[in-house]
Amino acid sequence: MMYSCNWHGALNERQTDMKQFIVFVRKEFRHIFRDRKSLLIIIMMPIVQIILFGFALTNEIKNSNIAVLDNAKDEASQALIQRLDASRYFKVTQYLPTQADIERAFKSGTIRLAIVFPQGFRESLMHTNHTQVQLIADASDPNTATTVTNYASSILSDYQQEVNGNSSLPYTIKPQMRMLYNPQLKGAYNFVPGVMAMILILICAMMTSVAIVREREINTMEVLLVSPLKPLLFILSKAIPYIFLSLVNVSTILLVSVTLLEVPIQGSLLLLMGVSLLFIITSVSLGLMISNLTKTQQEAQMFSLMALMLPTLLLGGFMFPIESMPVPLQVISNIVPSKWYYHIVKDVMIKGLGFSAVWKESLVLVGMSLFLLGISFKKFKTRLA
Amino acid sequence: MKEIVIKADKLTKKFGDFIATNQISFEVTQGEIFGFLGANGAGKTTAMRMLCGLSMPSSGSATIAGFDVYKQTEHIKQNIGYMSQKFSLYEDLTVKENIRFYAGIYGLSKPVIREKMNALLDKLQLRAEENSLVKSLPLGWKQKLAFSVAILHEPKIVFLDEPTGGVDPVTRREFWNLIYEAAEKGITVFVTTHYMDEAEYCNRISIMVDGKIEALDTPHNLKTNFNAASMDDVFLQLARGAKRTAD
Repeated sequence: MMYSCNWHGALNERQTDMKQFIVFVRKEFRHIFRDRKSLLIIIMMPIVQIILFGFALTNEIKNSNIAVLDNAKDEASQALIQRLDASRYFKVTQYLPTQADIERAFKSGTIRLAIVFPQGFRESLMHTNHTQVQLIADASDPNTATTVTNYASSILSDYQQEVNGNSSLPYTIKPQMRMLYNPQLKGAYNFVPGVMAMILILICAMMTSVAIVREREINTMEVLLVSPLKPLLFILSKAIPYIFLSLVNVSTILLVSVTLLEVPIQGSLLLLMGVSLLFIITSVSLGLMISNLTKTQQEAQMFSLMALMLPTLLLGGFMFPIESMPVPLQVISNIVPSKWYYHIVKDVMIKGLGFSAVWKESLVLVGMSLFLLGISFKKFKTRLA
Repeated sequence: MKEIVIKADKLTKKFGDFIATNQISFEVTQGEIFGFLGANGAGKTTAMRMLCGLSMPSSGSATIAGFDVYKQTEHIKQNIGYMSQKFSLYEDLTVKENIRFYAGIYGLSKPVIREKMNALLDKLQLRAEENSLVKSLPLGWKQKLAFSVAILHEPKIVFLDEPTGGVDPVTRREFWNLIYEAAEKGITVFVTTHYMDEAEYCNRISIMVDGKIEALDTPHNLKTNFNAASMDDVFLQLARGAKRTAD
């Protein structure tokens, strides 16, 4: 008899497993490195996103055009107008002659805010200690409207305090504000953790699911299922390269945000990498789940975008505050892994907190990963039917 | 008496009310080239999948290389090779990388892989193309390479699912030379095909109609029994009674 059943003879099972694993992982890396375009996208995406969010998409509103209807034309109104114009938030572009012109200016879409000074503005301010200034904002975009009126009010109240000087009002409450953790109120402190959550979910979940579904699409899956390769090894080999690439991405994001955006890492870098790895594992589990639910690479891609990107953006907490959402959405947001990761990164990276502050969130991620892995592993079809 | 390596007994697969394969029974001995014929939807692929351990039978029994298809699929996997008409090599890997990958999956050691790879590249005259991506090879070469890779780990049985689909007659002939060679080395070949000239190359043939095996014999005996001039005639006589038309 020329064949023996166990022809690899001396090798025990664990050694064989290890060898299959290495062979498979090597093959996965080959697929990735041979597809230069996708690789470039994976590597560049985080950098581009960080730069986009950092410089192009800022939620500060600068250089808003404003119109002024100055019925007073006295020293006080002139001083205020100059002040508004000098601030980096506003540019006075129009002086309106009549009340009727205000609406015309808004309709032409050239201004964000109109300011109306009443007749005898300085007189009232000095002698009756009481006057009014009207701020009219275009609230078709409510967030912008609120922000620009706030900017304007604070400039007005600054002026008021200066005018009062020492002879201050008998009762005043002067709030002293300190902006903890982010004294310069930089948007980057908020979106760096957000971009991390988004990139990791995308790379890990989408790429892993696409990589698995691809084997099904090009029919190599059948051959692998007929081979002695263990399903667990298959799944691990698919995940490892993307876990590796994601860690590279985390490092680039951190590097870019520390050097370019000047967002410091306040807490432990080790802890930050550790929780990132945990989140990467959660994302990979999600990817496995998706690969079980979809048949083609396109389906897997679409599904990842719809089921992961959108919830991450909408319910992850870094674009829209979860606290102000309706209760049902708040409840749903709890099953979005990015929300928990975002929390953790903010606590560790921005606030500099330790593991004791984030263990609960980490535990939630561990739970999610175990749950997802359990399901996918059970559903992973070693038999085709 | 040669060893029986495939033994199916009343093997049945149902999908809901639909009986894809209906109590098929047959035996295949070592080194035999066993042709598995049938129109589209006759149940060939389902039967083959059950034998490979890809699909759990609904009832009946089968052993592959002495191992039970219900319980010992892991042992079966070590002892079979598989190649499908739908292409099974990685197009974005080179010839050598594909060989190394599949050999590695079956746990072959590095020196063995090197030796077998060299022999294979020489035999298929692929030396010049060893570092080319598989997608740049003509289809006929790909099929021959896929078959050679499927038997690289010297399985007891190799399952071929319409291996020569879309290949020209000359390459098909070459492909069958590879099959004969494998059979001579003692590898049992279980092959499904649409081509009746290929059926003639097999030692024995079974013809499936509507999930049942309607005929099983050598090509010569079948032609005599059905009083037919060619395998085509035999097949048409049997297939004419079929009720199912497509997959």
